[in-house]
Amino acid sequence: MNLPPETGAKCEVLFTVNGKAKKVLVHPMERLLDVLRNELELTGTKEGCGEGECGSCSVLLDGMLVNSCLVPVAQASGASIVTIEGMSAHVLMNPLQEAFLECGGAQCGICTPGMILAAVHLLEKKPEPALADIREALAGNLCRCTGYMQIFEAVARAARRRVRK
Amino acid sequence: MTVHHIVGASVPRKEGWDKVTGAARYVDDMVLPGMLYGATVRSSIARGKIGKISFDPSIAWGEFVLVTARDIPGKNCVALILEDQHCLASDTVNHAEEPILLLAHADRHKLRKAVEAVSIDYEPLPPVHTMAESEQQSIIIWGADNTFKSYLVEKGDVDAVWKEAAHIIEGEYFTGAQEQLYIENNGVIAAFDPENGVTVWGSLQCPYYVHKALMALCGLPEDKIRVVQMETGGAFGGKEEYPSMIAGHAALLAMKSGRPVKIIYDRMEDMVATTKRHPSRTRHRTAVSKDGKILGGEIEFTIDGGAYATLSSVVLSRGTIHAGGPYYWPSVRIRTKALATNTPPHGAFRGFGAPQSLFAMERHMDRIAQVVGISPVEIRRRNFLKPGQTTTTQQVIREEINLNHLLDRALELSGYAAKKTRFAEENKNGMRKKGIGIAAFLHGAGFTGSGERYLNSLVGVEAGADGNVRVLVSSAEFGQGTNTVLCQIAAEALGLPYESVAIAQPDTTVVPNSGPTVASRTAMIVGKLVQSAAKGIKETLTKMRLLSDDYTPEQFRAACREYIAAHGALKSYARYEAPGDVYWDDEKYRGEAYAAFAWAVYVAEVTVDLTTYAVTVDDVVALQEVGKVLHPVLAEGQITGGVAQAIGFALYEKVVWQNGRMINNQMTNYIMPTSVDLPPIRVFFEELGNVHGAHGAKGIGELPMDGPAPAIVNAVEDAIGVGFQSIPLLPEDLFEALRPASVEQEAPSSTRGAA
Repeated sequence: MNLPPETGAKCEVLFTVNGKAKKVLVHPMERLLDVLRNELELTGTKEGCGEGECGSCSVLLDGMLVNSCLVPVAQASGASIVTIEGMSAHVLMNPLQEAFLECGGAQCGICTPGMILAAVHLLEKKPEPALADIREALAGNLCRCTGYMQIFEAVARAARRRVRK
Repeated sequence: MTVHHIVGASVPRKEGWDKVTGAARYVDDMVLPGMLYGATVRSSIARGKIGKISFDPSIAWGEFVLVTARDIPGKNCVALILEDQHCLASDTVNHAEEPILLLAHADRHKLRKAVEAVSIDYEPLPPVHTMAESEQQSIIIWGADNTFKSYLVEKGDVDAVWKEAAHIIEGEYFTGAQEQLYIENNGVIAAFDPENGVTVWGSLQCPYYVHKALMALCGLPEDKIRVVQMETGGAFGGKEEYPSMIAGHAALLAMKSGRPVKIIYDRMEDMVATTKRHPSRTRHRTAVSKDGKILGGEIEFTIDGGAYATLSSVVLSRGTIHAGGPYYWPSVRIRTKALATNTPPHGAFRGFGAPQSLFAMERHMDRIAQVVGISPVEIRRRNFLKPGQTTTTQQVIREEINLNHLLDRALELSGYAAKKTRFAEENKNGMRKKGIGIAAFLHGAGFTGSGERYLNSLVGVEAGADGNVRVLVSSAEFGQGTNTVLCQIAAEALGLPYESVAIAQPDTTVVPNSGPTVASRTAMIVGKLVQSAAKGIKETLTKMRLLSDDYTPEQFRAACREYIAAHGALKSYARYEAPGDVYWDDEKYRGEAYAAFAWAVYVAEVTVDLTTYAVTVDDVVALQEVGKVLHPVLAEGQITGGVAQAIGFALYEKVVWQNGRMINNQMTNYIMPTSVDLPPIRVFFEELGNVHGAHGAKGIGELPMDGPAPAIVNAVEDAIGVGFQSIPLLPEDLFEALRPASVEQEAPSSTRGAA
């Protein structure tokens, strides 16, 4: 894991990040996670494990929820990527953020950006999820602080508020 | 005076918005100009003498900063309690992954290659890998007898009780190492310049522990070391002592290179090299009367401390004091010891020794019940501590705690009696067996015995000319809600809105030493000091006749402005004062071990699948008496989070050792509970109050780690009639114990862990 790309063999990668066209000069095997954090200074995407287990580095890639630590940047060429920083205008964002705060869904906060992206991804597909749907949709995002209960509550509350509106 | 209800209300988490927007700044999010990245070359063997160190000539070593023990300006140690642990090994190594050499470079990829291009020769020495080998003392690896610390607690005449006993019940119980598995790995940045000295920004729990360690290591005075805590992505004890090591490494590289150096561990390095929960072994021998009353007993509690002393003596202390559980022992002898082995030092992890000795106590209570022939409920009822009685250290219980009431309520909330009957009926058929188990326990809040007196914590509160107030403490936020709860307490004390109170970022140049953020002490002990310091601001202003007793926030602002214009800064400090009635004897280990205990009864319901041998937890009722609940949502989050970690401790999280090294040091093969693994965790509080804490609060952070594991293993026994005495209890352990005899003959092996 995390094998160092050969330095010196950089190439240009073009993609859209949070709605803006971006061009980076990096090794094609550089992890998308590192490119987002180091080249583009989008540090809301976090590294927890570097092997696709914890989901802290979750981003949306052409609408799919992916672990950016497992995506070589070359694979993201031409794609549209959305990170937590690019979500502020999303209709689901505010209800989720408020519900996370009210219900105690964020403790240490390191899993929170990924967790919220996973929740957005769920609610886009399923606006009225059952508890089992929420549990399953978040199963790729590990949280060591909360025991998940308050996160489930937050996602359910945000969903109820959206549906009522 | 306006009545405020800030304490007890679920106000928004202070740093919450930053966390839900991704704006919160953790150490790896910070970049300094000219910054290098640092890495550690570690020992590949468990014990031996370091020989020749060779550097692969294909690497341009001239580009790298290289630090060895010879570059250390001060003492080569991680100063904590003893100074036995080197910051960098120079002659010998005593555990795998012990740091030997440091490298730094601006390019992380080159750095990684360089680490692999260093090879070290060793002259191996025989290692000690288990507690059994350590106590045999045929190989001495630490001190005169491989023992970091031992305690003896004696109450009454145990030797006299054996002949009166109707039953003498023995048991031996084991708990394994557990990784804290905070999602943010350990990391720091260090910078150095000759004028200001060393500054460290890091993910850490105890800024002043790091400060003390860096003074010794760097040979610099107090004012030339600055430690700043960044937003910290989980800690659970795992960032109590280890940050002093990694901060030392970054500081050495920064001092040598003159450039800022960032060291961030990846998950594999963090898991293989940093501290874990101490593995334990507990032996009980208990004298019990015909009707199930404990007459007395002997308890031996032993923990594996790893290669260096670190915090083992303190972990042992807490495990020792909690070993008797919430029961009345007319007589008891508790012998405990922390042993050295050639593994990376074990360290702080939520509960700090108590989950280990309480696992044993609560499993043993079920065993006693079986022998006596009464129910697990009844055995506990007959032995619960009552107000006026004394604990094993002879601390008089002064609180009006009614454990029978807690037990009754927990049984009712969990539907215990009806389930017990139903499961017994349903378990007659099918391969999925259901069971229900209980655990009763206590957890002492704050430092043990005289600990708080030695800490001598200092807390400040500062008011600005704008009437806004800042809390100055070294207590760190790492998810538990420190920022929020301490601001609530200050706001309430000053009669100000919660929004007018902020907390300073822990920075040793700004905040006083309010002690480490550990031991469930922050809300109770630091909270009380914040309350006093805040009241001090009010008293200053009223004494100067700038404020009347009854005031509005606007009047408070005007008073602050006027005071500051005339006198400069408006600050108030409060220092810890030991309650007069607290008596503790460190020699005899006797007296008031803690200013307060939290009390709990948990009930766990499980399904054991005899086809897959998997245990699933179906329901947890967590009922606790924790004094005043300062913030219901945060308090509940502490309990659910602790229960989840404890379910991992019981059923999932196994550290696999090979030659003193963790070999499953990845999230793919060290398994923590995910969102689909956990049952509903139902949290209930009783609020009895506590004279020593702010608004009657007691500590709650560690409590939920203590009860779930024994409750679960008790439930497993209820389901299948086989008792297990060792955790983690994995499907393969159940298989070993339950497999049919025919399978046994094909592959004979011991049924480790089975009763």
